Amino acid sequence: MEALLNAFSKWLAATSLSHIIQTVTWIIPTLQTIHILCVAIVFSSVVLVDLRIFCLFERDEPLREVTRRFLPPIWPVLIILLITGSLLIIGEPRRSLVNTTFYLKMALLLVAILLTATLQRTVLASPSFFEDRSQRLIGQALATLSVLVWCCILFAGRWIAYTQAG
Amino acid sequence: MSQLSDLVAFFEDSGIAEAIRESNTLFPLIESVHVVAISLVVGSILALDLRLLGFASVGRPVSRLASAILPVTWGAFVIAAATGFLLFISNASKYLSNGYFDAKIILICAAGLNMIVFHAISARDMPQWEKHARPPFPARAAGALSILLWIAVVACGRWIGFTMQAL
Repeated sequence: MEALLNAFSKWLAATSLSHIIQTVTWIIPTLQTIHILCVAIVFSSVVLVDLRIFCLFERDEPLREVTRRFLPPIWPVLIILLITGSLLIIGEPRRSLVNTTFYLKMALLLVAILLTATLQRTVLASPSFFEDRSQRLIGQALATLSVLVWCCILFAGRWIAYTQAG
Repeated sequence: MSQLSDLVAFFEDSGIAEAIRESNTLFPLIESVHVVAISLVVGSILALDLRLLGFASVGRPVSRLASAILPVTWGAFVIAAATGFLLFISNASKYLSNGYFDAKIILICAAGLNMIVFHAISARDMPQWEKHARPPFPARAAGALSILLWIAVVACGRWIGFTMQAL
């Protein structure tokens, strides 16, 4: 598996697109800047909805309205994250593809996407879902888990730079 | 100026700064918290800027949205500033001689100034327009300027990492 990833990274690094990303010095910092700005949008949107579940944000608005305003916009932003992330991998394949932290980040991202999509669908489909006592606890547990997983994703993202193979 | 460099040297020679410099994990750890905090600052303020521009949350009065969002923004800003300060003192003189670092600090001050000007001038008659989907020009201008300044802050932050001399 590792040999395969090494070979694939080597092939990717030899493509002309990778060559352009490697040699034009402003491309990587620009891609990283766009990537972080999109992370800021997704992370903040999720945190605001999670705070609303704990009644710490816009208590005067129903959870359904807050969710409707903040969660659906994150999905197109995730597409931009996918594109900038892929370009960064193409530019420096070994930095991510031969790096355990990167795979941890992707696994956590999968969990976060499932959690956030479940939350959005539940709240929008049955607005009163988190109203009664026992379900409110479920909602708060989901919200806490979601903030934690998204924080871990941001940490892992930064840690990729420090765990890359030489 | 020499007083400033004395102060910088004082922090750079401190035990905390040395610990961050020497440790392999302390710098990335503080940097990760910095990224989480700055993401929350930029993302939350963007929600308010988009409301001022009339692009999002248009059904919410501006003052209501601001009083809900700004505690989140300020809380995150305090964490971002504290972690940023720790990262800075670990190599203060090198950061100070980096143009992107200086630009980042100036841009953050400009974003603060933009906020003060907005509150002093266009927010005074806010009760009259805060329910309008499209606020008046000065408010929209403040929102647009804020977005541009924070994008520039993030860009400078990222460029610092690529232009610092090898530590």
